[in-house]
Amino acid sequence: MSARTRKPALASPGRPLRGRATPLGERLLERGLLGSGLLSVAITAGILSVLAVETIAFFREVPLAAFLFDTQWTPLFSEPHYGIWPLVAGTLLTSLIAMAVALPFGLLAAIYLSEFAPVRVRRTLKPALELLAGVPTIVYGYFALVFVTPLLQGIVPDLAGFNALGPGIVMGIMITPLICSLSEDALHAVPVGLREGAFALGSGRVPVIFRVVVPAAFSGIAAAVILAVSRAVGETMIVAIAAGQQPRLTFDPRVPVETMTAFIVQVSQGDVSTGTTEYRTLFVVGAALFLMTLGMNLVSQRLARRFRRHT
Amino acid sequence: MKRRGRASERLFQGLCLAAALVPLVVLALLVGKLLVDGLGRLDWAFLTSFPSRKADEAGILPAVVGSLWLVGLSALFALPLGLGAAIYLEEYGRRGRLADLIEVNIANLAGVPSIIYGLLGLGLFVRALGLGRSLLAGALTMALLVLPVVVLSAREALRTVPATLREGAYALGSTRWQAIYRVVLPQALPGVLTGAILAISRAMGETAPLIVVGALTYVSFLPDGPGSAFTVLPIQIFNWVSRPQPEFLVNAAAGIVVLLVTLLALNGVAIALRNRMEKRRAG
Repeated sequence: MSARTRKPALASPGRPLRGRATPLGERLLERGLLGSGLLSVAITAGILSVLAVETIAFFREVPLAAFLFDTQWTPLFSEPHYGIWPLVAGTLLTSLIAMAVALPFGLLAAIYLSEFAPVRVRRTLKPALELLAGVPTIVYGYFALVFVTPLLQGIVPDLAGFNALGPGIVMGIMITPLICSLSEDALHAVPVGLREGAFALGSGRVPVIFRVVVPAAFSGIAAAVILAVSRAVGETMIVAIAAGQQPRLTFDPRVPVETMTAFIVQVSQGDVSTGTTEYRTLFVVGAALFLMTLGMNLVSQRLARRFRRHT
Repeated sequence: MKRRGRASERLFQGLCLAAALVPLVVLALLVGKLLVDGLGRLDWAFLTSFPSRKADEAGILPAVVGSLWLVGLSALFALPLGLGAAIYLEEYGRRGRLADLIEVNIANLAGVPSIIYGLLGLGLFVRALGLGRSLLAGALTMALLVLPVVVLSAREALRTVPATLREGAYALGSTRWQAIYRVVLPQALPGVLTGAILAISRAMGETAPLIVVGALTYVSFLPDGPGSAFTVLPIQIFNWVSRPQPEFLVNAAAGIVVLLVTLLALNGVAIALRNRMEKRRAG
């Protein structure tokens, strides 16, 4: 019942005269439209079942303990090891580096746009930042490999040609607009009255931002940040091109690593036949990736909803 | 009264402005680097040649034709279905539990990493439905990937149409569908088209799901139908980036310039449409 009272009812067309019901054609159309809506449910079911079927088949051949407790990931070797942690470590390392870049830049840029920028500047700066989000990730990958890594090699000693640092930084630049745009929405939604109250008490602008506006927008900003982490974890081409293909349980940003996504790309490039364990590793890694991103997306949505309710 | 900021305050403001500008500087560097690397390689022969083992003879023709096929086919699937779902959610099912379920689903699908869609395409279209590593399998995968983009933007567009227009149509005796088809959709069209273009640009730049679905990296023929094997521009670029010889990196840069120019043109059209829509709403 709550769903009925939440949204205002749309005006509906009056019943046709002489007591005729809605024409048959109209009712069929509505069914058709509902069908295209339900396709999204079918896609979710499709993803879940494809991942589940192959993952279950994988764990019939490889014990769960080997997956969770082995520290090596070498499924393509003659003596295979199936420990997921090296891939998880690679994914976390590149994502952490990306967040170390995107968090300060995205947040400060959002504060600038929401609290300082004149209307005209805001109107040009915001779409310009959104341009960054429209650049295909393969382009960022090229940039990380050909420009950023060689540049960093001049600064960081012993930086390998493939490493976590370069692609991590580039990935950070890529997700900065996401953090900026969503955090700016959150900051913008904080009522002006709160700011004015603090000013009336004699507060300066910077203290108002950090003691009043940012705390008031906190759950909205947290939602943005978690969504950005999820995006970094699922990002594929930048790390597949520039981070290497060596699964390694390390947090050293200078050496080649392999992320979960890069592993899927690596195996897909070869000709893997259906039904083999190698083929199923694709889906096991995919399932782990899916669970990680889904979890973060759900937390982010919940935080965003809480934020909307409070403002 | 204009209060002059204290020094620390101005310093902080400068820091924030710098944070907003640095990503743009990086974008400018990126574009500059690409133009320096790739522009010299870009000529008619590059656009009209097949790939080759010799870097200076290789071209992107099969990749461009493959991209057009793929984007066209996936738009054919995704646009009507996405618009249909948006119409249902905005005009019919706004109060239902079913609509809530669909809404939650679409929000979640929008956050699924693109490579997972590739696995769905591999398991469902390539293997279970037996479509093989064909254009059709790739296009269906891409259609599912961009569907949330189409639905979300079309809903946004439908929501901007004032309720009074629908009520006016109903008052004149039109049925619900007549009001949607004759009154609401024409009003929402620019917004719907903007979303469609965004979806198409997304499909054009995606690489990862198509690698998983099994697009080829070395194609010496043009695709001749939905059942054909194929490659697309981003995958051709990926193939060249992955090679150790620097001459192929130059090819990759030139390919990226072509890709970016195409996307820029598409987005230019989208922005122009949006501006027209906003002007009409204001005027």
